[in-house]
Amino acid sequence: MHDPESRLLGIARSLYDQFREGTVPHLVLPTRTKKNIEYSTEDDVWVYGDQESVRSVKTIRGARTLLKTVHLIDLLVKEHLRGNRASTLREIYYISENWDLAKFAEQAESDRLIEDLEIITGLQREDFHVRPEEDGAAVFGPLRIRERTRRGEREIHCQEDIGEAGYQIPFNVDFVEFLEHDARMVIAVETGGMYARLIENGFDEEFDAILVHLKGQPARSTRRFIKRLNTELKLPVAVFTDGDPWSYRIYASVAYGAIKSAHLSEHLATPDAKFLGVQPTDIVEYNLSTDRLTDRDLHALRAELTDPRFGSDYWQRQIQLQIDLKKKAEQQAFAGKGLDFVTKRYLPERLSELGMA
Amino acid sequence: MDTAEELAKQQRSISVAEFFEKNRQILGFDSAPRALITCVKEAVDNSLDACEDAGILPDIFVQIKRAGELYRVIVEDNGPGIVPSEIPRVFAKLLYGSRFHVLRQSRGQQGIGISAAVLYSQLTTGKPTRITSRTSPERPARYVEVMINTAKNEPEIIREGDIDWERPRGTRVELDIEGSYVRGRRQSVYSYLKSVAIVNPHARITFVEPDGSTERFERATELLPKRAYEIKPHPSGIELGELTKMLRYTERRKLSSFLKESFSSIGNIAAQEILQNSGLDPSMDPRSLDYDQSRRLFEALRRIKIKSPPVDCLSPIGEDLIRSGLAKEYSVDFIATVSRPVAVHSGNPFVVEAGIGFGGDLDRNGRVEILRFANRVPLIYQQGACAITHAIEGVSWKSYGLDQPGGGLPFGPAVILVHVASTNIPFTSESKDAIADIPEILAEIDLAMKEIGRKLRRFLALQETLSERREKEEIIGRILPRMAEKLADMLGLERPDISRVVARIMGNVLVRRDIEQENGRLKVRIEIENNTSSQRSFKLHEIISVEAEDLDPPARRVDMGDRYDYQWKIAIRSGEKVVLRYTVKNHLQKMPEAVVEGLEPEIVTGARVLSDA
Repeated sequence: MHDPESRLLGIARSLYDQFREGTVPHLVLPTRTKKNIEYSTEDDVWVYGDQESVRSVKTIRGARTLLKTVHLIDLLVKEHLRGNRASTLREIYYISENWDLAKFAEQAESDRLIEDLEIITGLQREDFHVRPEEDGAAVFGPLRIRERTRRGEREIHCQEDIGEAGYQIPFNVDFVEFLEHDARMVIAVETGGMYARLIENGFDEEFDAILVHLKGQPARSTRRFIKRLNTELKLPVAVFTDGDPWSYRIYASVAYGAIKSAHLSEHLATPDAKFLGVQPTDIVEYNLSTDRLTDRDLHALRAELTDPRFGSDYWQRQIQLQIDLKKKAEQQAFAGKGLDFVTKRYLPERLSELGMA
Repeated sequence: MDTAEELAKQQRSISVAEFFEKNRQILGFDSAPRALITCVKEAVDNSLDACEDAGILPDIFVQIKRAGELYRVIVEDNGPGIVPSEIPRVFAKLLYGSRFHVLRQSRGQQGIGISAAVLYSQLTTGKPTRITSRTSPERPARYVEVMINTAKNEPEIIREGDIDWERPRGTRVELDIEGSYVRGRRQSVYSYLKSVAIVNPHARITFVEPDGSTERFERATELLPKRAYEIKPHPSGIELGELTKMLRYTERRKLSSFLKESFSSIGNIAAQEILQNSGLDPSMDPRSLDYDQSRRLFEALRRIKIKSPPVDCLSPIGEDLIRSGLAKEYSVDFIATVSRPVAVHSGNPFVVEAGIGFGGDLDRNGRVEILRFANRVPLIYQQGACAITHAIEGVSWKSYGLDQPGGGLPFGPAVILVHVASTNIPFTSESKDAIADIPEILAEIDLAMKEIGRKLRRFLALQETLSERREKEEIIGRILPRMAEKLADMLGLERPDISRVVARIMGNVLVRRDIEQENGRLKVRIEIENNTSSQRSFKLHEIISVEAEDLDPPARRVDMGDRYDYQWKIAIRSGEKVVLRYTVKNHLQKMPEAVVEGLEPEIVTGARVLSDA
């Protein structure tokens, strides 16, 4: 349907034509800053606004960046697409070692250019056969999938065919097909400790839940996987994190999209996703053991108070409460009430509040 | 009555030594680290003055040792030495010296410095100061241990005798003091000596720290500074009391000769004018003037315009040596120096000299470093109270390329050196840390700062143009050809001509001609684009072998036998574009390049340039 090669070559062609026409070669990109992020009511996600910036060869910085872009396009077209190979983001940074003038100074630079190419072509890096260093996170639950691998197709049941760690989401989620399931919900869990606790307590079986381990700020493939579970299987999604400002951002990136990848929000964000906890009100209600908020935490919370993604009454109340409490709590703090507290009491109560159980 | 008499009994005079014993902060011994620096400073000042007076290139050795709880300061020079009989008074009597009554630039003035150090040493340790001095290789070295009898302000010799000494000539002082040694800070013995080395580039200074590490500040010149000669006071800015004193004690018997002999810069004509203006008789005895007459003379002296005082009483460092002094102790990209003409404050001639070092290893983010000097002596303390600092703060450095957030001292990778040389430096206090805010001095420093500021700005502007040019060369010479080649290779197309893009980036006038065929005719379109930063006026010629039609705008035609020269006068503003159009009959000959007349060839792309010759 979309042809990555011709889209990439299209960029090259436009630069080439600019040379021939005597126009100073340049590319136009949406400005990738917080200020240029808008809420799209259509998809309930955050996307780039219409501020644009021009990158031209008039400055040495712009010229270098465009030369690097041209080299990158050449690599993606010749090696990746025509040669059917794939590289990790890190490998691309190392490949540029031989590009002399066009060598990347640091990986952040090549990562950013790949994102730029995604924005210009409207494609995703998977389409260019570029993958992150680490695979997506793990999944555990009553779900049967079929994955197209380099060594043929595999059918896997995400409870029966796998070990304690769960099924590993591949970097390109489009190679996964959902076959059948007995699930009623998806619970995305921030920490490995809580993920293991829920599996050990049989939460997935008792509540017919697909557990997804986010591993901190979730990778794109994880977010894409959750999004597909939500839209294709019509499963409600809840996000279970620690009770601190950084965890709320993890939730927001699952639900509304991240600034860095706003051009992909429609593929990655799950606007229906609910926040399960740990809520600041839980700290009071369950008298959880806590840590003091650091200055950085407080600063982040205040920033969230003015972040439109946290504009709802619910979030305003919770964040304000936390600022007043000056405390934060981890998911594992529930263990202080006993190892079964979280599955026997906390989650059932919260899920029924959210209308999910 | 009784009370007054009672009180009168308690009145008695205080010796200077006693006074300073109780007020040591006045002389710069108010804190332990500072006391150590002050001792070194007084001894080094004396050594430098002595060497210069004797015409010897100074070679000074400074060592600080720990001696139990105390510090031992040793300063040794290769100067002329001190005759044995003078040694006790020079070191152990306050206000004893050769310079106080003389109007010329020197480091010391009042004869307090080294005796104050001796006093401080005996106050804090109870030990005598040890002096070794030798005036000639033919004579033995003299060793003296002295203390000060503070009640009488007289030296007391503890021990003395002739000894063997390896130096053929020179003086060595060794004193123990209570102090504290700091390293690295701006206010440290090390930085003090470094500053001394900068403004005394003719001196070699060797410094041994308590841990044994040795630093050698090498000399940058073999030339001694110009000798400062004694002069008489200059009439401008003299005070009334000073004048009355001079009148009373002069040896001249006539007012006219008094004027000529007692002041510098007053000759016959000036003397006459002064006397006329004051209505005084030239043959009057100067000692006979009453208050009213003195006052009239004083007014006349102040009002008369005469030439500046002679400069030979001063010994400025000079622009070249300031430069080599800075270059020797700092690694910088640029140095500018300035030496102002001589000016006068309160009858004392003075000269302001300054230098600025920029870039190199200097800290890019902090305040600029200020090096203050008075008569070649570094000023270390009370930077905030000093006229030098105030004058620097008063300059608007932003316009010279340095940041100055919120006013005050500028920020940036720079070191600013200011030297004030004068027969009399108006310090704010006896400890000689800061120069007082005398308007004439502030004004001279201000002018000096603006002059080096302008030089700095020119340097920075040049740097910017150079780096812009380097950037453009990098873009045009390396990046663009590489990009064009890669694109062509990727797309399987021929390499594009990048000259037009180059023209735009270089900021040239671009001439582009497109020719289209239509109904057996050629439609010619010439686009001219001014990418330079200013308006350009020139002529464009199309020299063709057939007649042109539909000229838009119209052009002047000159027949050239077998060809026609169509000429357009063009004035085009920066960033604007002009389009010329015409049509010709289709013919097979290739059209020659367009010709431009009246522009420098290096700013034109896409056309031949007709040179003026």
